[in-house]
Amino acid sequence: MTITFRTETFRDDFTFRNSPAGIRRFPFPFHEDGYMYSVNIEPHRPGAPGSVFEHGFDVDEHYVAEMADRALVLAEDPLRCQALPHMDLASWDYLELVMTTKARDYPELFTLETDGDRWHWTNRPLGIDDRFTFGVTSTLPCPPLEYIGRQTQGDHCLLDQRDNNLWMDAGMVTTQADWSLDFDIGMNFFEWHAPVPLAHEMGVFQRAIKFLTSIPQGQPSRRLNWTLTVNPRLDTSPENYPKWGPDKLTVTPDTIGEKMHLRVELQTFWRLPRSNALVFPIRCYLLRFDDLVTIPKWARRMHRVIRDLPPELVTYKGMSRYHPMLVEWLAAHDDGAPTSPGIFPD
Amino acid sequence: MIEPTILSRPTYGTLEPRPGRAHLLIADDAGSAAIVDLFARAPADFHESATILSVTKDLSGDEAAALHRLSPATLTACPDMPAMLNTLAGLLAEAGMGVQIYLAGTEPLIGQAMRVVIEAGIDHSAIATEHRGSLARRVQCVHCKGFMDEVTTQPVTCAHCGLSLFVRDHYSRRLAAFQGVCINAEDQSEIVPAEEVFR
Ligand code: HEM
Repeated sequence: MTITFRTETFRDDFTFRNSPAGIRRFPFPFHEDGYMYSVNIEPHRPGAPGSVFEHGFDVDEHYVAEMADRALVLAEDPLRCQALPHMDLASWDYLELVMTTKARDYPELFTLETDGDRWHWTNRPLGIDDRFTFGVTSTLPCPPLEYIGRQTQGDHCLLDQRDNNLWMDAGMVTTQADWSLDFDIGMNFFEWHAPVPLAHEMGVFQRAIKFLTSIPQGQPSRRLNWTLTVNPRLDTSPENYPKWGPDKLTVTPDTIGEKMHLRVELQTFWRLPRSNALVFPIRCYLLRFDDLVTIPKWARRMHRVIRDLPPELVTYKGMSRYHPMLVEWLAAHDDGAPTSPGIFPD
Repeated sequence: MIEPTILSRPTYGTLEPRPGRAHLLIADDAGSAAIVDLFARAPADFHESATILSVTKDLSGDEAAALHRLSPATLTACPDMPAMLNTLAGLLAEAGMGVQIYLAGTEPLIGQAMRVVIEAGIDHSAIATEHRGSLARRVQCVHCKGFMDEVTTQPVTCAHCGLSLFVRDHYSRRLAAFQGVCINAEDQSEIVPAEEVFR
């Protein structure tokens, strides 16, 4: 399969679009007609060909444009990529995981040749051809997490494991749903999740940490998370809230279809071999409401999920301002027919 | 008493004397009374192995005098927070294994001293805290990254970039600060009046 990389933007004129194939492969996050937090973790096994689950690290038509957007964010705010000093080994672990996995899954795009610790990496879509010594940061143009993070879609958190807990001690975070790496770096699993409503009381995080701390190498897991974003904007960081907050006022019944996007995070969990750290790539997919409702099952289900969303989640996900308007708009796309189980289109 | 809210927000206890060969006690003016109370509950020879480091608005004031009357082995008073934190780092570099740390006073004092103590490699379990005095918060503006040391209002105007900030309970121990996020970013015409809530 060859991928045609789109030329598009995630800011200013927002020329981002999904192709028809991009719409159908979108990871719709609701397997039933309602949503509440749960420990929704499953093995990250290879999925159907063409789906976002086919490969460990999905590369899609937005790859090149997303990396260009990341470069813009980093140029303005270098603190979006940080690693505490003890995370160097984990960063190299992660670089290895991405390079070996992508070179295996997308040989026409990426090539890795190794001769002991002398490595040769070719990234054709981004025009990169570098030789370096594995483990020696001075042989790369920038530190290893930044180097591989600039070539891998999604945000990336490196979690150190100590005291039966996970510590967010490094990350490359430019496409986040309103949280700050610079503020959260150094926190543990419960501290960085502190602002999330209801889930603590439900025991979701207590159960999740037990699972995460025992993930073995070679057996990655995944979960989907979601929110809504006005305009296809990747960088919805708290740092830049004054830039994207005003977008919310532009939502009207006439603009919802074009402006409102379902934002889904495909989150995966991988144990790293040398450092025993966990890496948590958070891959962001965007889908315009106008495109979403072209899939009748998704249109019906989206209406029911948003309509019945617990008020705490409506507030936390930042949709208070237009929630009633959304429900009304979506209702017009729900004929009341039953929906089939599972996330895939009928 | 500071009630628990969300899990990143620290809570504090009451200082109790702990077994140990050396005791390092750090207080601001509000916290000095907690040190006095601790000494009253401690064994008679506690002062012989105690070092007190204080930050005080008045080097010859009542609080400084009260600490002096405790006759600690060492007593150092600093006129401002940076001087105190610097001295603390120096003392910790000299301190032997097993030193017990006691932090008393307002949250900015506890949080910033705690950060220096942790950076010196002292284990959590050797650190005791007691909150005394005002609820004023140290806040970092998430937008311009500037800090404000004595925030008492909700919202607060950022002293650096001028945005009106909602002071969250979300707290970073690494920064020793609560997070401030623009309260009217979506509609800048909404002006939220400031109220004195962190007193
Ligand atoms: C170890 C890897 C993980 C990392 C680095 C991570 C990170 C985060 C962060 C930074 C937030 C935003 C919190 C805020 O500031 O508001 C968040 C939200 C959340 N996380 Fe995690 N998380 C991880 C794993 C998990 C797992 C395993 C679960 C559950 C099974 C989970 C459930 C949630 C939920 C429910 C939210 C709220 C999301 C929403 O409603 O939009 N997380 N996570």
